[in-house]
Amino acid sequence: MSASPLIEISDLRIRFHGDDGRVTHAVDSVDLSVANGATLGLVGESGCGKSVTSLAIMGLLPKQSAEITGSIRFDGFDLLKTPDQTLRDLRGNRLAMIFQEPMTSLNPSFTIGDQIIETILRHRGGSRKSARDRAIELLRRVHIPSPERRIDEYPHKLSGGMRQRVMIAMALACDPRLLIADEPTTALDVTLQAQILELMRELKAASGAAIILITHDLGVVAEVCDEVAVMYAGEIVERAPVDELFATPQHPYTVGLLGSIPRLDHRAEQLATIEGMVPNMAQPPAGCRFAARCPFVLDACTKAPPPLVEISSGHLSRCIRAPLELLVS
Amino acid sequence: MALLEVEGLVKHFVAERSLFGRALAHVKAVDGVSFSLDAGKTLALVGESGCGKSTVSRLVLRLIEPDAGTVRFDGRDLLSLDAGGLRAFRREAQIIFQDPYASLNPRMTVGQILTEPLALHGLVPAARRPERVAELLRLVGLEPRLARRYPHEFSGGQRQRIAIARALAVEPKLIICDEPVSALDVSIRSQILNLLRELQDRLGLAYIFVSHDLAVVKHIADHVAVMNLGQIVETAEADALFAAPRHPYSRALLSAIPVPKPRAKRSRIVLQGEIPSALNPPAGCRFHTRCPYVVDRCRSEMPRLVADGIGHATACHRASELPSSAAIVPSDGGFSPVLEKLVAAFSGGPEAVRGGGVSSLGTDLA
Repeated sequence: MSASPLIEISDLRIRFHGDDGRVTHAVDSVDLSVANGATLGLVGESGCGKSVTSLAIMGLLPKQSAEITGSIRFDGFDLLKTPDQTLRDLRGNRLAMIFQEPMTSLNPSFTIGDQIIETILRHRGGSRKSARDRAIELLRRVHIPSPERRIDEYPHKLSGGMRQRVMIAMALACDPRLLIADEPTTALDVTLQAQILELMRELKAASGAAIILITHDLGVVAEVCDEVAVMYAGEIVERAPVDELFATPQHPYTVGLLGSIPRLDHRAEQLATIEGMVPNMAQPPAGCRFAARCPFVLDACTKAPPPLVEISSGHLSRCIRAPLELLVS
Repeated sequence: MALLEVEGLVKHFVAERSLFGRALAHVKAVDGVSFSLDAGKTLALVGESGCGKSTVSRLVLRLIEPDAGTVRFDGRDLLSLDAGGLRAFRREAQIIFQDPYASLNPRMTVGQILTEPLALHGLVPAARRPERVAELLRLVGLEPRLARRYPHEFSGGQRQRIAIARALAVEPKLIICDEPVSALDVSIRSQILNLLRELQDRLGLAYIFVSHDLAVVKHIADHVAVMNLGQIVETAEADALFAAPRHPYSRALLSAIPVPKPRAKRSRIVLQGEIPSALNPPAGCRFHTRCPYVVDRCRSEMPRLVADGIGHATACHRASELPSSAAIVPSDGGFSPVLEKLVAAFSGGPEAVRGGGVSSLGTDLA
């Protein structure tokens, strides 16, 4: 499986140059790969760089202000060196993305049919009639009732869950190899969330596409991902197969995140909290970026940036105190 | 006696008017809701978007006027209060909102924001107000020197703390928390939940907690009322509800909670179909269009909320004949023993960690 990943990101760095000359380190030395048919969860809190990473994959970052280095290999291309024209051919075709806000990502002045048909005609060509048939088929696949009628409706007529399904239908229009889903269920109620997660699982099984799921909800990660990368302050701090991450996390930040979730089986009086604040990324700290908030911190942590080290097969941690179980045994 | 007693609350919003202003269509946002809340306790209102949970919370504060029903607070009938009485009541019941960015005036300093309620209600003599502001900030875990700053200088979690401090300024007995942690990151969310709990213990506050996050509700609530299309379909002690939900809607809702455990045992009920519109709710039981257990009677006759004697009430014709729901709520099976210890060490701070300052591994890698 690891022989030829579908997408391989190496040493990705993204800097934003502000108008005032300030440089923000949004993403630093990120390495990731996803195999065909696998689902990678990208987890972290607001501002950790997870969405910026996905926008870099899609080639959607502003050229004037974002300085991107490293490489993103996908299907024989280095996406960072691919001309815009080719990127446009890839996007919506072999590379697709769904966003958190289904209302703002659909154009309110066109019917949902127009918007799906546009994608199909742009990438596949053919007649409008056949594109329309395919659009109806796609809407049926994402379980939209009476798609023949719904296809001519405008986005505002649909509920939030339906709009998200339309977004998914549009993303699937050209059978993508890689689907990036940025918080696809965050704006939805649990019942709809269940429907959408079920749908994503179904589609993955049917098409064998790989999925990068960006989320801050560890419950969703546990449910649909095979592998997880945890990001903090622009870096990957831990990467592991999903079972291992939840059984023996190897980075204190992951421990803090897991401890701060209210649990169903166990009524804790107090939830774990992560004290302090995310460092200012215009001047990232010299050592470990989590050191100031870490209860396991040592002097050495603040001196040099810790490397991402393999603790056990496929389980990497950017913490010099790993394996963490030795701290509590 | 209960602190708050709500009986038969109804609110229909006009959705469409004729040319001459006659109402043509109504959204039945809240349709016959009753519950009570004791001092110092937490009642959670849960349900999907549009089920009326936020409308109920605003009706209770009389931020909007109900069409029918009664609300009694500390024995007083709220709906008969005049302007003065209402103002006095507002000192006893406060609200915090989901969006801490939108609920604080950006042109006022935190000190001014917290002084305003003190001045409005004439609670503290002007000279002593800065002292009270400092005390309020300390109460919510912020440093008193921050009183000179403006809301934009704070993070989301800190702003929510300021909103809580403002609510506490008038020493209320009841705080309505409308999705107070939904906009916050996980680690910040746990800080605010801990704070709300701690304040409840210290000050004896009662909360109405409106949320769509059921794991959070399980964590914070004593009692839960599940709402669907303007009506309460089930209400029970939180532990009883999460152990065995009875109403088919509660079952579906609780079965869908994502749990942080790969391969968790679950029997998820995925509801088919869309939520019907509150503009034109279905006849009979309002859940019948999506209910897997529907029978003819459900389509014509609206079920009443029937209590079982130990405070667990369900509005379903078939409540007694449905299959057991003991395994409906997914189980996270607890953390692994290693993770449990790590979380305890994480919360306990540096001294809880074995080896304190030195790590054998740390030295060769650093």
